[in-house]
Amino acid sequence: MSQVQPLIQDFVTPDTVEAGNPRPSLAAEVNAHSGAGLNRCYQCGSCGNGCPFVQAMDYTPNQVIRLVQFGLRQEVLACKTIWVCVGCHTCSSQCPMSIDIAAVMDTLRLMAVEEGVAVGKPNIIDFHEEVLRSLEKFGRAHKLGIMLGYKRQTGRWLKDLDVGLKMLAKRKLDLIPSRVHDVKEITDLFTCYWRETA
Amino acid sequence: MSDVQQLDLSYFPGCSLATTAAESNRSLMQAARILGLNLIELEDWNCCGSSSAQTMCKNLSLGMAARNLSLAPAGRSLVAMCPRCLHYLRSAQQCLKADPETREALEEKWGRPIATDLEIIHFMEVLVRYGLDRLKANARRSLNGLRFVPYYGCTLARPPRLAKEKYFQGEMENILTALGAEAVPDALMHRCCGSFLSATDPEIVSPLVGEIIGSAAAAKADCLITACAMCQLNLEIRNTSKTKIPIFHFSEILALALGADDYEEWFVRHLVDPRPLIQKFSKAA
Repeated sequence: MSQVQPLIQDFVTPDTVEAGNPRPSLAAEVNAHSGAGLNRCYQCGSCGNGCPFVQAMDYTPNQVIRLVQFGLRQEVLACKTIWVCVGCHTCSSQCPMSIDIAAVMDTLRLMAVEEGVAVGKPNIIDFHEEVLRSLEKFGRAHKLGIMLGYKRQTGRWLKDLDVGLKMLAKRKLDLIPSRVHDVKEITDLFTCYWRETA
Repeated sequence: MSDVQQLDLSYFPGCSLATTAAESNRSLMQAARILGLNLIELEDWNCCGSSSAQTMCKNLSLGMAARNLSLAPAGRSLVAMCPRCLHYLRSAQQCLKADPETREALEEKWGRPIATDLEIIHFMEVLVRYGLDRLKANARRSLNGLRFVPYYGCTLARPPRLAKEKYFQGEMENILTALGAEAVPDALMHRCCGSFLSATDPEIVSPLVGEIIGSAAAAKADCLITACAMCQLNLEIRNTSKTKIPIFHFSEILALALGADDYEEWFVRHLVDPRPLIQKFSKAA
């Protein structure tokens, strides 16, 4: 390593000990993108205690932070937790050290997509992609189309059918999408959406 | 807010209010009409980007929200009803303020200016500024005795990245208690409704929704009133417990108190029929 970095910003991790590797540590990278200040975490566990969805996660939010601090890139980017997180900010508002944990999750999800890691909860990324297909086509979310597309992707046609039928009966699912007139302005925005969709 | 008879405001409905939560949109329009607030729908608006764009591509998410900002005429505040839309529109505005290069690039692409000082507010904030006394003077039906849980969900309660923005907690109670209703705050009023997990993993969401509804029932509330259209939907469709409590959009109860008479049309779209509760109250009055 050509320069010694202050310990507080940069834990020594397997990423940084490689000679001549200029890549910053995972913690520094996540901090830079999220602005979350995750080095302040002392593992009190408030975030995990408050998170409504922790039971569906493989790591609690504070464990995710620990993985980042240890530089365990593969483990953290492939975990379920970052996909189960819906960004409700309960963790961020409960953190006694004011760490914006939801922003850490946002950053890790984007990194996982960018680096093409095998996603820990593939059905959730399928859903997001289906929403984006709808947005690209109409500029607005067409929920019936999204639900059908998602079912086509997952192949689970019967799952949740009763709720879908109830919503249809209450006319909550429009057959015809509400759409933007200037669709070109919308499709142009999708040129930056680079992930290949099968 | 001035004393002019009619106040013009730009209005961003968002995908939910335009479709699944059309009853929220209709009741909001009624309430606004009665109060003399002219909500002018943003011409050719698009989705704010939602969690999906935010998750998959930062630039896409920014671009989607920014296009809406470019469509908003200068000089009148932009009002949103959906807390998530409000959040993404404000985040994009903050981002463009800090990054003039990106803003200029987008302005050039669309041939329209993006006002970074445009005021983006939630409809509840409009009401608070309108004044609770003026609001009370417009009430035509009393909400006396209606025990409600002000269910804010997660997003209206100040996400850290917008820490300098207004904190909305308490506004729903202030407005509805001014109209006679009784707030029941000892329930899970900030617990997340499950957001998109309701679509992808309902088995995770149902027990949580059951806890929220159960907490409202334990506090002896007649109903929950939501600040967010997606919360309203999730609390209705994912409640598999035996306890059924009507879930209202904030705009529905407001418009009801202000005397709107087409409420049958909103309430038939609910999965838990709120009409028995409403009838009970109209008889008592």
